[in-house]
Amino acid sequence: MAKVTIDGIEIEVEDGTTILQAARQIGGSVVPPAMCYYGPLKGSGGKCRVCLVKVTQGSAKDTRPMPKLVASCITQVQDGMVVENTTNEEVLNARKGIVEMLLINHPLDCPVCDQAGECSLQDLSFEHGVSATRYEEERRTFNKVDLGPYIQLHMTRCILCYRCVYTADQITAKRVHGVLGRGDAAEIGTYIENVIDNDFSGNVIDVCPVGALTDKTWRFKNRVWFTKPMDAHRDCPTCSGKVTLWARGEEVLRVTARKDQYNEVEEFICNTCRFDKKEVTDWTIEGPRHIDRASVISANHYELPVVNVPIVPNLPKSTEKQLPQK
Amino acid sequence: MGLKILTEHINVPGIETLEVYRKHGGYKSVEKAIKTMTPDEVVEEVKTSGLRGRGGAGFPTGMKWSFLAKPEGVPRYLVCNADESEPGTFKDRWFMEKNPHALIEGMITSSFALGANTSYIYIRGELLFVLRILEKAIAEAYAAGLLGKNILGSGYDLDLHVAPGGGAYICGEETALLESLEGKRGNPRNKPPFPAVKGLFQCPTVVNNVETISAVPWIVNNGGAEYAKIGIGRSTGTKLISASGNINKPGVYEIELGVPVEEFIYSEEYCGGIWKGKQLKAVVPGGSSVPILPAELILKTAAGEPRLMSYESLSDGGFVSGSMLGSGAFIVFDEDQCIVRNTWNYARFYHHESCGQCSPCREGTGWMERVLHRIEYGHGHQQDIDLLVSVAKQIEGNTICPLGDAAAWPVAAAIRHFRHEFEWHINNPQEATAPGAVYRGQPAAVTA
Repeated sequence: MAKVTIDGIEIEVEDGTTILQAARQIGGSVVPPAMCYYGPLKGSGGKCRVCLVKVTQGSAKDTRPMPKLVASCITQVQDGMVVENTTNEEVLNARKGIVEMLLINHPLDCPVCDQAGECSLQDLSFEHGVSATRYEEERRTFNKVDLGPYIQLHMTRCILCYRCVYTADQITAKRVHGVLGRGDAAEIGTYIENVIDNDFSGNVIDVCPVGALTDKTWRFKNRVWFTKPMDAHRDCPTCSGKVTLWARGEEVLRVTARKDQYNEVEEFICNTCRFDKKEVTDWTIEGPRHIDRASVISANHYELPVVNVPIVPNLPKSTEKQLPQK
Repeated sequence: MGLKILTEHINVPGIETLEVYRKHGGYKSVEKAIKTMTPDEVVEEVKTSGLRGRGGAGFPTGMKWSFLAKPEGVPRYLVCNADESEPGTFKDRWFMEKNPHALIEGMITSSFALGANTSYIYIRGELLFVLRILEKAIAEAYAAGLLGKNILGSGYDLDLHVAPGGGAYICGEETALLESLEGKRGNPRNKPPFPAVKGLFQCPTVVNNVETISAVPWIVNNGGAEYAKIGIGRSTGTKLISASGNINKPGVYEIELGVPVEEFIYSEEYCGGIWKGKQLKAVVPGGSSVPILPAELILKTAAGEPRLMSYESLSDGGFVSGSMLGSGAFIVFDEDQCIVRNTWNYARFYHHESCGQCSPCREGTGWMERVLHRIEYGHGHQQDIDLLVSVAKQIEGNTICPLGDAAAWPVAAAIRHFRHEFEWHINNPQEATAPGAVYRGQPAAVTA
């Protein structure tokens, strides 16, 4: 066990925990943002640099501060470590700088982007960014590419977090998906123009922190904040079948995996559940999904869970669920 | 004439063959190390010698070797970094081309010291002709029983392979090099774990520069204490310097560390003075990534002492009034060279070579290049100078690998020392964009 202090709050965590995970155990505003780190994916993290923190004391034994800011998602805690996140000016300035870097080649087309409302970059730039840009040059643009019948890649919006590459690598067989080119000309691609064709390919949409990978069965159907999220399940032979349905009225517009407050999926779901089962009758609805993210979604009526008020009439008694009272 | 360690026999005809190389005392260190010393004794000698990494960072080699984890039953590797691609650096290419056996001898002795049974030379992809020279030399060494099973009847086995890169600057960063050697995309790894614990194929690995490894045989033959006597202070031994730019005699020179910079530039033994007798304007003393220094700061430190060619003296004054020895690429600019154009050129290189993995470097290098391009071609604004300083600061120290720093330092230093020149470019776009136009005023004063 290691004792670590983050922004003045002390917590004891298992050895080998990263600073980010320790901060998440504390929760609230001390949690550094993360654009590339994704808990369920091995090897992710360290790339976007928005989670940089200052270690003012390395450990109880070696009390020297670390010379540079460190990426909290990949740095393991030591006993007696003291970390400063939101209390350190240097960290906040560096983070602001990195948000600016992430935005210089981003098209800022939020008004027509399907990710708007649940976009990590949107949240991050709202929190740390500046309202004006100092970048005058032409932005990098790409053509939209269809990766098979269900997924569209809009590389212009991509921030190269590599999450989809890890997902394709780790949960699907026959990976065709990777990064081509280097520097700011690097792009996600399926060498050469391959179709992503396997049962779990749709998960790359869920892990994407921005609107670079979008669900073609959902594109331009509606805005996220007009839809109502509901937990639902079905008896699926391929995956766990536990999903979140996003419905407007009785029409299911989108199916995604269940994500926690850090946008990390609880369980990956299969393409059949995600793309083909768009009827209410396909699903057993458990109740409203509490979206606990810093997102416009939590501004809707589902911010506080309402216990056992049936959304869809005439549900069997077995679907009733005890929700935690806030 | 200074003492020559690496280049003593380099001009002997036929030194690239095993026969001639052995005639001039080659492979003596292999015999001495394997037959009379234990691996730890060799490491101790290298530690005593004070030899420091010649690739750029200048980290003590003996200390790096002693950090190597030695778990039971796990192979260890020695990898030679011959991916020399920093603009201005050409010492390793020249050295390997001329005297391939010196590197191979160093590889055998060092591998023995580290207990590695398989070693690699990772060579820059563009140097295919050097790769062929090395492969020929390695074949000779195998035939002579200096490589392979049971070297010189001692029971020590070593296989040495040469692997070419694909031509990416980033693969000279040690963890990107290891990724590339494993056959993956050359992206630097997150550290920790460091290569000494988990390197090539997740096994403990030491990565050293060509010049570092080639210095080991002399240390083994003559003793570490003898090596430590050469040079000055903590900068022991000799160093190959790739001198280029506006000098009379560009080329690779072996110097004893501690030679005054003034002597290096102006003496007939080394660079032979500035080309056509012009005035010295600035020097980049250690390869394109280290800060540029104006003439008065390269010849004398801010305190007025003469500046020496050593790790300590060149970095005297920090980045405010100093620079770094780096990889020893000594680039000289005369009075007719435009600093803005040169800075843009460096920025273009780093933009092209950024791997694109982490955001500050991926986006920042391109941003700096575009702004510098604008200034150079007469479309700059006054606030662009501060913008460049601020972008460089946002990159520096916030990236996965040192490429971000390497891209930010030259831009920040050029503005620190030659701000007037940037301002002149912005204020006089017509004059500044005329062919061969150069600012002839005074450089900016040194400010803290």
